[in-house]
Amino acid sequence: MARKSHVQTTINGETVEFLCEPRQSLLEVLRDELHLTGAKEGCNNGNCGACSVILDGRLVNSCLVLGAEIDGKSVETIEGLADPEKLHPIQDAFLENAALQCGICTPGFIMSAKALLDKNPNPTEHEVRYWLAGNLCRCTGYDKIVRAVLDAASAT
Amino acid sequence: MPIVAIPALIRNLTDGEDSVTVEGLTIREVINNLDNRYPGTKAKLCEDDRIRPGIGVYVNGVLTKVGMHERLEEDTELHFLPAISGGVLSG
Amino acid sequence: MAEKKEYKVIGTRPIRHDGVDKVTGRAIYGGDFQITGLLHGRVLRSPHAHARIVSIDTSRAEAHPGVKGVVTAQDLPTAADKMADLGEGAVNLKYLCDNILASDKALYKGHAIAAVAATNPHIAEEACELIEVEYELLPPVLEVRQAMEPDAPILHDNLRTSSLGETGDKPSNVASHFQHKKGDIDKGFDEADIIIEREFVTGTVHQGYIEPHNATALYNPDGQLTVWCSTQGAFTVREQLAEILQYPISKIKVVPLEIGGGFGGKINVYVKPLAALLAKKTGKPVKVLMNRADVFEGTGPTPASYITIKMGATNDGKITAAQTSLFFEAGAYPGSPVGAGAMCVFAPYNIENAQIDGYDIVVNKPKTAPYRAPGATNAAFGTETVVDEIAEKLNIDPLEIRLMNGAKEGDRRADGPVYPRIGFIETLEAAKEHPHYGSPNGKKYHGRGIASGFWFNIGLESSVTINVNPDGTVNLVEGSTDIGGTRASIAMQAAEVLGISAESVNPTVVDTNSIGYTAVTGGSRTTYATGYAAYEAAQDVVKQMKERAAKLWDVDEDNIQFADGEFSSINGKEEQISFKDLSARLGETGGPVIGRATMNPAGAGGAFATHVVDVEVDVDTGKVEILRYTATQDAGKAIHPSYVEGQIQGGVVQGIGWALNEEYIYNDDGAMTNASFLDYRMPTCLDLPMIDAVIVEVPNPGHPYGVRGVGEVPIIPPPAAIANAIYDAVGIRMTELPMSPDRLLKAMGKI
Ligand code: FES
Ligand code: FES
Repeated sequence: MARKSHVQTTINGETVEFLCEPRQSLLEVLRDELHLTGAKEGCNNGNCGACSVILDGRLVNSCLVLGAEIDGKSVETIEGLADPEKLHPIQDAFLENAALQCGICTPGFIMSAKALLDKNPNPTEHEVRYWLAGNLCRCTGYDKIVRAVLDAASAT
Repeated sequence: MPIVAIPALIRNLTDGEDSVTVEGLTIREVINNLDNRYPGTKAKLCEDDRIRPGIGVYVNGVLTKVGMHERLEEDTELHFLPAISGGVLSG
Repeated sequence: MAEKKEYKVIGTRPIRHDGVDKVTGRAIYGGDFQITGLLHGRVLRSPHAHARIVSIDTSRAEAHPGVKGVVTAQDLPTAADKMADLGEGAVNLKYLCDNILASDKALYKGHAIAAVAATNPHIAEEACELIEVEYELLPPVLEVRQAMEPDAPILHDNLRTSSLGETGDKPSNVASHFQHKKGDIDKGFDEADIIIEREFVTGTVHQGYIEPHNATALYNPDGQLTVWCSTQGAFTVREQLAEILQYPISKIKVVPLEIGGGFGGKINVYVKPLAALLAKKTGKPVKVLMNRADVFEGTGPTPASYITIKMGATNDGKITAAQTSLFFEAGAYPGSPVGAGAMCVFAPYNIENAQIDGYDIVVNKPKTAPYRAPGATNAAFGTETVVDEIAEKLNIDPLEIRLMNGAKEGDRRADGPVYPRIGFIETLEAAKEHPHYGSPNGKKYHGRGIASGFWFNIGLESSVTINVNPDGTVNLVEGSTDIGGTRASIAMQAAEVLGISAESVNPTVVDTNSIGYTAVTGGSRTTYATGYAAYEAAQDVVKQMKERAAKLWDVDEDNIQFADGEFSSINGKEEQISFKDLSARLGETGGPVIGRATMNPAGAGGAFATHVVDVEVDVDTGKVEILRYTATQDAGKAIHPSYVEGQIQGGVVQGIGWALNEEYIYNDDGAMTNASFLDYRMPTCLDLPMIDAVIVEVPNPGHPYGVRGVGEVPIIPPPAAIANAIYDAVGIRMTELPMSPDRLLKAMGKI
């Protein structure tokens, strides 16, 4: 077994330190070491977006990033999105639009949508569809997800 | 009296009849009476006095889980259809 | 008993009860479960599609540092060749066990051979590679027609074709054959002016739920086995574990965690028994997660099929006869959904003369599992395409021909049963009136298609208890996995009865020790049957609360009325108390009130759908673009319309994927070559327009609010509707699924 390396990083605004093996992905570190299980594993090879997090302002599939790579960087996950007493507008829009069924894809979609709206606060339907094409949802047919993101855009 | 729809593959035993009226208050009685009239039919539908695995009994169009002792009303229609096995109906 | 009336809660769109947990990432899904001392399990799978297992040597794996235990089929109790009753239907126990861990033969690539528990998943994976398995390769058989040939390789030496009590005399891959006959088929074809006969082929497709299968198991020294997992039915998991492990059901507790999609694919168990075996061997809790390739290769997809359809009609459009043979892949062990397909194939139409033959055929692919209206989509692809062709040849509008022949209350299905009140015609009328159907359609390479579908829906057992809280809210306890908003749709039915808001009901899904038997979330049954149980449990609460009010006012219970959330005395004393205020006074009137009900309702009431789709075909690339999609469906009564729309939209999109992209692609050795989301290619949001879901409400007489199941039927029409639209666009009848660019280009003679 290779030696574990020490990583210091910022997750949802808090400084976090952990030890990780070179082969551990960021997704694995988040879920198994830090118990932040909001990011989900759907495929572990970059095809589904269920593990989406924002790394230094950029949307990534955390299953494709190594845990050791985030040393000195800043990660936003679904757990950091809501205030203690208030959901983020994207979260509200997902609830109001019934944009989830099983919900396994939801954290990934919400993080993707956040990354989109951070960049482009007024996307068209096509831009939303283009941006979210890296996230798979098998339950909803995407209709209500796209509407939720458009609603969230007009609410912010 | 209950009406039994004869499955296509055993109509050779019922002189080609596709539906017959048979006396009986339960599925067991109906099958026994059917077998009295058309010998051999019970052996096709049952195994060890139970409905064969692979066959579902539909009482007025609804699959029964009760089996042989399900009580029947006047004019109940019985169908013996392939059991939809292993949760297949439970998509 | 369904009444047309104004509802306060039903038909509204409250925020679902589990919503906040799910948008904040706090909901605990199967894979999220943690427990101290946890080991991680991984599974070694057969690289071969068909092979005899000569030997398995696990010694090197066991010696690998960090490995705590290895199991093979030797660790399963010896399975007898007997039928196990799993509540959902009888299953051959030997087949069930062999599918968990191959004993003598590997029957598909991905078939589990051994499982390893180690201190972390990477070590478990490494150890899997150290297991030495000697195989004797056998030729695979991958397609139903090939499997039926006289010299085809045989999967099971003891399998004989069974045909209603008749058993074949030699080994065969055809597990069973059955037949339905109605009227006189020859006479029906004689009466026809036009007869269309076509062959159809559909590919193997997967449910494609985003969450892989998972299980964490713990054996306590007292013999208690606990399994935390995501499943469509905790009780069916308990039954399957009891049979496979030959372990007393009373010593098994299954805790259902949140589930990330199932669509029928999370009823059968795969890794749950493995987690239990490893937990027993190691004495530690063990979590087994599948990876995505394992999900494709090692869990049940829905079958490929070969279907022949022949239909005849008179010149004025009356369908006089219909005949079909359905050949369905069962996968490695018998049990395809051909029975259901056969019951659905002509179900939308009232046809006097019909004959249906169904064949269940084993091939070297994973054992098939249910997938949303199992069998019906394959069957409808054939029928609905032929109906379209008849309409075209007779110059009749395709909606009109369906209206002319559509099944109504009192009509008899080809397989026998008579329809109660159904809403097929209403879905056709809704499609006809929809602006989509009236909109212009005539651009070059654009086309419009329509198709319909039927699915039975089921009832089965559900249990619900309701505890009344002192503040006038209630806690509702149920055993139905919430896979897409059923906590809300069930709670709303109780709220309606109790005259309280949806938010005043707190629904909780509990484990198998904490509620009465509840069948799987499947068969479009949950809002119907568990909702019905919630309705009855709420009625039980009302009855008991009336007794309390009577006590309070010292009158006879018969004199207490309950309406709009208020109890009142109707005789003598003028008294009134709200549900909420009375809830606060339970202590003084006799203690807690718990309502309960268990149901196995018989009147599930079938569901029909009619879809209209516009496509554009790119004649250079063969790509089909979905331009507009409208789906009408009879929901009986939509409890929470947003989630009904969601079911329709989701089903439609799965159907679109099935129609255009999705299939298992095999090489000659029988290995799936596209076992990843990238290569299997389910629809993304960029592939789609908005899906217009039109809810039609023809109340189901078998439910107090008229509910019909809605989850499954929307997947049925899309492949046929799209095929019909492609024909309208380019004049080519596609008879093979998926209608992928290469197939379309071939059909157009371009490659
Ligand atoms: S789990 Fe990372 S993209 Fe699927
Ligand atoms: S809600 Fe289930 S995968 Fe999106």
